[in-house]
Amino acid sequence: MQFMLLFSRQGKLRLQKWYVPLSDKEKKKITRELVQTVLARKPKMCSFLEWRDLKIVYKRYASLYFCCAIEDQDNELITLEIIHRYVELLDKYFGSVCELDIIFNFEKAYFILDEFLLGGEAQETSKKNVLKAIEQADLLQEVRALATA
Amino acid sequence: EEAEKRANMPAVSKGDGMRGLAVFISDIRNCKSKEAEIKRINKELANIRSKFKGDKALDGYSKKKYVCKLLFIFLLGHDIDFGHMEAVNLLSSNKYTEKQIGYLFISVLVNSNSELIRLINNAIKNDLSSRNPTFMCLALHCIANVGSREMAEAFAGEIPRILVAGDTMDSVKQSAALCLLRLYKTSPDLVLMGEWTSRVVHLLNDQHMGVVTAAISLITCLSQKNPDEFKTCVSLAVSRLSRIVSSASTDLQDYTYYFVPAPWLSCKLLRLLQCYPPPEDGAVKGRLVECLETILNKAQEPPKSKKVQHSNAKNAILFEAISLIIHYDSEPNLLVRACNQLGQFLQHRETNLRYLALESMCTLASSEFSHEAVKTHIETVINALKTERDVSVRQRAADLLYAMCDRSNAKQIVAEMLSYLETADYSIREEMVLKVAILAEKYAVDYSWYVDTILNLIRIAGDYVSEEVWYRVIQIVINRDDVQGYAAKTVFEALQAPACHENMVKVGGYILGEFGNLIAGDPRSSPLVQFNLLHSKFHLCSVPTRALLLSAYIKFINLFPETKSTIQEVLRSDSQIRNSDVELQQRAVEYLKLSSIASTDVLATVLEEMPPFPERESSILAKLKKKKGPGAVSVNELEEGKREGGELNGGGERGGDSSSTPSPSADLLGLRAGPPVTAAAPSAGSLLVDVFSEAVKQPSPTAFLRLFVCKNNGVLFENQLLQIGIKSEYRQNLGRMYLFYGNKTSVQFVTFTTTVTCPGELQSHILHIHTWNSLEPLIEGGAQVQQVINIECLTDFSDAPLLNIKFRYGGALQNLTLKLPVTINKFFQPTEMASHDFFQRWKQLSLPQQEAQKIFKANHAMDTEVLKAKLLGLGMALLENVDPNPENFVCAGVIQTKAQQVGSLLRLEPNAQAQMYRLTVRSSKDTVSKRLCELLAEQF
Repeated sequence: MQFMLLFSRQGKLRLQKWYVPLSDKEKKKITRELVQTVLARKPKMCSFLEWRDLKIVYKRYASLYFCCAIEDQDNELITLEIIHRYVELLDKYFGSVCELDIIFNFEKAYFILDEFLLGGEAQETSKKNVLKAIEQADLLQEVRALATA
Repeated sequence: EEAEKRANMPAVSKGDGMRGLAVFISDIRNCKSKEAEIKRINKELANIRSKFKGDKALDGYSKKKYVCKLLFIFLLGHDIDFGHMEAVNLLSSNKYTEKQIGYLFISVLVNSNSELIRLINNAIKNDLSSRNPTFMCLALHCIANVGSREMAEAFAGEIPRILVAGDTMDSVKQSAALCLLRLYKTSPDLVLMGEWTSRVVHLLNDQHMGVVTAAISLITCLSQKNPDEFKTCVSLAVSRLSRIVSSASTDLQDYTYYFVPAPWLSCKLLRLLQCYPPPEDGAVKGRLVECLETILNKAQEPPKSKKVQHSNAKNAILFEAISLIIHYDSEPNLLVRACNQLGQFLQHRETNLRYLALESMCTLASSEFSHEAVKTHIETVINALKTERDVSVRQRAADLLYAMCDRSNAKQIVAEMLSYLETADYSIREEMVLKVAILAEKYAVDYSWYVDTILNLIRIAGDYVSEEVWYRVIQIVINRDDVQGYAAKTVFEALQAPACHENMVKVGGYILGEFGNLIAGDPRSSPLVQFNLLHSKFHLCSVPTRALLLSAYIKFINLFPETKSTIQEVLRSDSQIRNSDVELQQRAVEYLKLSSIASTDVLATVLEEMPPFPERESSILAKLKKKKGPGAVSVNELEEGKREGGELNGGGERGGDSSSTPSPSADLLGLRAGPPVTAAAPSAGSLLVDVFSEAVKQPSPTAFLRLFVCKNNGVLFENQLLQIGIKSEYRQNLGRMYLFYGNKTSVQFVTFTTTVTCPGELQSHILHIHTWNSLEPLIEGGAQVQQVINIECLTDFSDAPLLNIKFRYGGALQNLTLKLPVTINKFFQPTEMASHDFFQRWKQLSLPQQEAQKIFKANHAMDTEVLKAKLLGLGMALLENVDPNPENFVCAGVIQTKAQQVGSLLRLEPNAQAQMYRLTVRSSKDTVSKRLCELLAEQF
């Protein structure tokens, strides 16, 4: 996977993860172009589209669009389920996640993503294992917070 | 909607809440305008800056909070140019979330300041050696997210050790594997697996599914680059896959996803296997075929869940399995089953599946085993093209129709594509037009069908018909006299339409100018009717088209003397002869003059029908010259006083003409040279000038290359003045070329200079040193001088070096640029091998990019001996008794460049009945396959 973008129906970018080195300018250009392209598509349309030399896989969950760019030989359907698993992870962590959770706890959204995908590839697909890693970290903080209080 | 129901700020914040951050975020959200937002952000930036600069040391929490705010501001799209040092400080905090925020900031706002990088690397080093798995993972995530060269330099040696160490925690192994993958992608030279290779491959056997899932991505990437070193992964992958495929849906616990066991790992295993040819070990292969069959069988079973996640995960594996089956292209049974499965998906209610089935079937169509099976779905695909509501699906359908097209269904497919074009989306029209044009030409049995198709294209989608397309129809009509009468009749009819596309006027003008006589017998299309029809379009057309029409008119004067006075009248009118456009004015003036002073004989010669295209021998001027002797033909003779001096060489310097700027008439010139016009070819200004540029035999530079691909000696160039002979020899990656310049006249050439240049990238691919044997810049009449050029091939290349020759002959400067026939195949070393070895190597070179293939029409008689001689001349070994089909030719050789050796295999399959060839080249380097294929396709 080359990058993943989360954006709202209003076109506001909520999360961006780049797995290839690009300049900030290029990233902004890509984001603008893709947000526009995806938002222009109708609901029943297919979840895949060709874009430049990449394949775009996207899916809408409530007010948020999840959009991944994969390479030619990558598998579209399994990418759709990568998106779904990430949504499940967010949902489990936040307890029925909504866009606001991701806005206010953007750093957590990044941490969860890093446990699940690294370098654009699935690192751990077990929901239990990913959440265990995140919760351990949270616990670590609380224990230390108690200790220093 | 759900989001809006909630309060503006979430009630619960996980872990440790940063109240200040939450307040700031909701402030931003409450901003009513962009300006207000910027104001709020600037206020915050000033606040943070003062805190960071302040005398009071900030505690870890505040530092974390401010760094997090900066990050938030950056992610909103604003520039952040400070805070890096504070983030780096957080890295060495012993509080986990402070460290975590520090790493996040560093990962998102990568900085190239070397002092910072040193500090960051230090912190990472500490965490990596901390033996605290959570810290180690954070550090590895950071390396994987940044992936810079500096990080690769610092850690590429350490990470493989962490990855394979016995006491490394599973979660750390997972991060280490993908971290290494990222570093390998950015700096492959720094990641050396060497001694670790076998232990990394054996991670496929790890009992932790998460470790296997992460490691396999690394192994796949490494296998693509070093297939031999990693080939033991094949049998491990097959047994792992087999265990997953045969497991019950609950066996794998949390790695089962919606009743599908380990879908991600399964897909990755199938993907890894696509880096290799089918397993040679019979048992392994048998096991794999069994897996593939099981996957195909499962597709027919009733779903275990109605959830889309279940079917997506299951079908993801199915599509990956089909990709592997297509990749092997050796199991007819599986290929046909795959095709049937995709056929079912073509009518599935899920748009996604229809899309993927169309896409996957495209590759299936190119396999000889499944091509026929794919063709049976033609009606469904046509229906998809007509009825799919999503343009991206229609696009796939059009692609598939193109891929499944052959002689048997070409007429149906072309007709369907044409009718689709009438309503096609603008975004795909141009591509559709090209596809229709290619299919129509490729499968034309009778050329009247071809002409009809192209004219229909222009009628339906004229705006999307590029030059190449209408050039091509003209080339084909000119080269095939059986279709010329039909073409003339058809364009004549097409031009009757009150509003026709300008491209139609171009084609019509050109074809009637050449072949209008073939329909002139019919009073309904008498010469004057034809002329009036063309001229009725004239005023609506752009300058290039008008220029073309003027040339058609002068051709009419030759074809039909009875139109002469009418056309002269038109040319003489102010709107032509005083046209503000220089090109049009010049044509009008020159054509008028030509028509009034040239004898019928001269006119007939100058305006003769265009010769067939591949041969670029100029008939017109060669004939004139023969009649009058060298030097006699000057522009003066046909056009008094306009130009000075006897110019013989079209490439000569000509004051103020348009040879250096592309002129509207380049169209016409382009046609003669066979488009696209190469940059090196002198482009002349008008038809007349064009005619004169043919005064010397000036083949296009590319034509030379073609002549010398399969031979090393011969005449490179000849005109009335100069002959250039060539002799060359090659050994390993070195070559020596002798050039002989002969003065054919009795007058000396002065200031004779030559320069060899390697344009563009070529400079770094070929190195040449050339030496003069004769230092005199003077060649006496009748004398010959020799030049030696040494050539060294550094790495593979596609373009050819340019040879520029300048000299003065009788005061006139002659300037000539030729391509030197140095082609990549010159550096071949032939390789003899037995049939078994050949096919084994053939299979090893199985990545799609390693293969280049062309199917093309025979340009010469398909004589076996001639073919053999050409293939030998190519420099490869011609292997006898290798191909099971004795009609086919196979060759093997290694290209020697300084940088590397490139093994190449070639297969040429003649089809005498269709007068076609299929040429396939496989090389260890993709650019070489492509180039060899291009070079050779022009030889037969």
